[in-house]
Amino acid sequence: MMTSGSPAPVVEVRGATVRFTSEPALDDVDFRMFPGEVHSLMGENGAGKSTLIKGITGALHWDAGTVLLGGEEMRFANPADAQRAGIRTVYQEIDLLPNLSVAENIMLGREPRRWGGIHWAAMRDEAAKVLAELGLEVDPTSLLGSHSLAVQQLIAIARAISTDVRVLVLDEPTSSLDLDEVAELFRIIRELKERGVAILFISHFLDQVYEICDRVTVLRNGRLVGEYLTKELLRIDLVQKMLGRSAEELVLRPRSAVRAPEPEAFLEARGLTSSPRVVDVDLVLGEGEVLGLAGLLGSGRTEVARLLTGIDRPDAGTILLDGARVAPGNPRRAIAIGLTYSSENRKAEGIIGQLTVRENITLALQAERGVFRRMRPSRQRELAASWIEALGIRPASTEQLAGVLSGGNQQKVLLARLLALAPRVVVLDEPTRGIDIGAKVEVQKLVGELAENGMSVIFISAELEEVLRVSSRIMLLRDGRVIDTLASDELTVDSLLARIAQPDDN
Amino acid sequence: MTSTPIRTEQASGAFAARLRVFVNRRASWIPVFAALAILIAMFVGAQLYFGNFLTPRLVSSLLLDNAYLLILAVGMTFVILTGGIDLSVGSVLAFTGIMCARLLSEGVPTGVVIPIMILSGAGIGLLIAVLVQFFDVQPFIASLAGMFLARGLAFVVSLSSIKVEDPAILWLQSTRFQVGGWYITPTGIIALLVVLAAALVLQFTRFGRTIYAIGGNEQSARLMGLPVVRTKILAYVISGTCAGLAGVVFAAYTGSGYPLNGVGTELDTIAAVVIGGTLLTGGSGYVLGSMIGVFVYGTIKGVISFLGAEQSWTRITIGVLLLIFVVVQRFIITRSRRR
Repeated sequence: MMTSGSPAPVVEVRGATVRFTSEPALDDVDFRMFPGEVHSLMGENGAGKSTLIKGITGALHWDAGTVLLGGEEMRFANPADAQRAGIRTVYQEIDLLPNLSVAENIMLGREPRRWGGIHWAAMRDEAAKVLAELGLEVDPTSLLGSHSLAVQQLIAIARAISTDVRVLVLDEPTSSLDLDEVAELFRIIRELKERGVAILFISHFLDQVYEICDRVTVLRNGRLVGEYLTKELLRIDLVQKMLGRSAEELVLRPRSAVRAPEPEAFLEARGLTSSPRVVDVDLVLGEGEVLGLAGLLGSGRTEVARLLTGIDRPDAGTILLDGARVAPGNPRRAIAIGLTYSSENRKAEGIIGQLTVRENITLALQAERGVFRRMRPSRQRELAASWIEALGIRPASTEQLAGVLSGGNQQKVLLARLLALAPRVVVLDEPTRGIDIGAKVEVQKLVGELAENGMSVIFISAELEEVLRVSSRIMLLRDGRVIDTLASDELTVDSLLARIAQPDDN
Repeated sequence: MTSTPIRTEQASGAFAARLRVFVNRRASWIPVFAALAILIAMFVGAQLYFGNFLTPRLVSSLLLDNAYLLILAVGMTFVILTGGIDLSVGSVLAFTGIMCARLLSEGVPTGVVIPIMILSGAGIGLLIAVLVQFFDVQPFIASLAGMFLARGLAFVVSLSSIKVEDPAILWLQSTRFQVGGWYITPTGIIALLVVLAAALVLQFTRFGRTIYAIGGNEQSARLMGLPVVRTKILAYVISGTCAGLAGVVFAAYTGSGYPLNGVGTELDTIAAVVIGGTLLTGGSGYVLGSMIGVFVYGTIKGVISFLGAEQSWTRITIGVLLLIFVVVQRFIITRSRRR
């Protein structure tokens, strides 16, 4: 681990270990934060970031490991304990109370008192003072719910720093802010830095990490990769450390990529925007083609997919299907015109565990037919059985509850549900997440077969190898923008990575 | 920092600006004003129609006749503010009323009976609270259980009506402090004191603000380090206590205890609270609003008896008003969500 001539760390974590299953979520991780520094914790999904943070903020107990705060060993029973010790967290989902005034939201829990009751005037004045310190012009007596999310977030920070705060954890604070709002937030972060607060800034946006953070700790698969000073760490090195590739490979062939010739468009999107997560995305998908979407977490992969398939509505942009302009608007209409989406969140937005495999497969088709044209049970069984055979779903029973199937088989059931609709475009968002290697290969093969049969597929995965293997072209996304679309034949995982990490493009 | 780009934008005119500030600060009072406007409109309308509606005697009787409902509504406001509901209050009122009558008829001194009544109401409230908090039962179901329990207990005490002859209890009802044509009974004073105490508690104690916080977002309230568990339990206990007290007041009002008293009163109470501007989803509302809601309810009853119509029209009118108010609330909520 690198050291520098800074003063003693305010937070020091030693040997943090957590095991949820046999695979450790956090394995012997050391971590430290210095006063007056902005520190970023980086890593892809499952790297152990949130497990580490929760331990520091008292929301979770590690199986092993200690937290030292100002050199003193701490034992936090709950978040309130950690708060008393001066560790405050502002969550991505704002955890304030929209029905109360701004002043109460800042002061509640330690409100000034008079004659045994709350002293409202003093509370208002004190809140106004805190807001003024942050340069926020907000009426403290107004209801919190009357302000925009960005202002609410800043008020959450005001609450956090109105006490004697030593460590401030900002969990994805910028994910729903626009550029001006981010600038305002950064101004406040810099101010807090001046006051000597140690700030843990968690964000998927590399640009923001490089703009505001002094120090970065990288985790991968629950293990510590290292701690670095941001200014000494090249962007490409950071991405390489997050994803676990060696730097030499990356720099050797950074620009070997060839821009792919565009196929004739079957599905086309122009200027697709849903700020701030997706900005001006153009996309072309040919008939019988597999287009991969690649990018880091938070790059807008899923958001683009959801816009295309009517799950979310874009702020701007047009979608053309087979040359005709369409507006999916909602999933039902999208399915009617042949655009289907399989969610990355299989359990919550896909499989219905209490229903049988047959019911899960025929669900969407039945919904499309409408309630008055009910499929006969024999027809349902026949349909389900044919898909079970075609996709190799195990156990091969139509009446098995879908919830007890393995992840891979659940994924196949989901695919069968979509394919039963005879769609023209299938968007698969992380179809192989959390399934075993054998099932992974089968799903990948299946995607290839679908394309050969003329179906257009958009394939999203965090695993670049997989995207490369499956797709014929790859669209690279960063911070909600398309940075390039490349032919996959010309790419290797390393050159792909290099493109993703590249800060400036043309 | 002079110009922050994310400030609330300036409204054009000075009046519009002031209105905006007012709405941003006092949005939750708007339904209360709406209820007050309806009450005044009803007073004026009835006075114009009947000519002799707004007499001191009638307005005074509004408080007298609805003192028990007012006390119930105060307790209910606490529960609804946390986002819960208490269906047991009507039965608890019947149970404590009949128990009160029974104990008094057996010669137990009044000074012992009244605390017992209030405590047994609190006990049933505590039972519901424990079900809700520790067994994760829906408030609707938990208080439904409390409702059946209390009603059953009322029948265990007596199957028929028991007359209350205790002078102290009857004094509560029959004493009239008069000023001109206006009068107030001790039961009315008790009800107003309950309203006052509740208003102060909700506005000026951390417990009160935690009630609102829980209704806003229970998870957030917990993360803010507020005593959520204790506060939620206390809300139901307060509702139960109010129901126990209302039982005593109702026994004084009717001069008897009867196990079938207060059937459906819980729904009248909820209606009064909602008409008074408390959101059923919790987090917004005032006991003063609930008081106005009770008076709206009482006035409708009065108007309908003036008209000589069936009392079932009271329920129909209340139903229509309730519908309007719930729709208006829905509108307010969706509007605030859009921000």
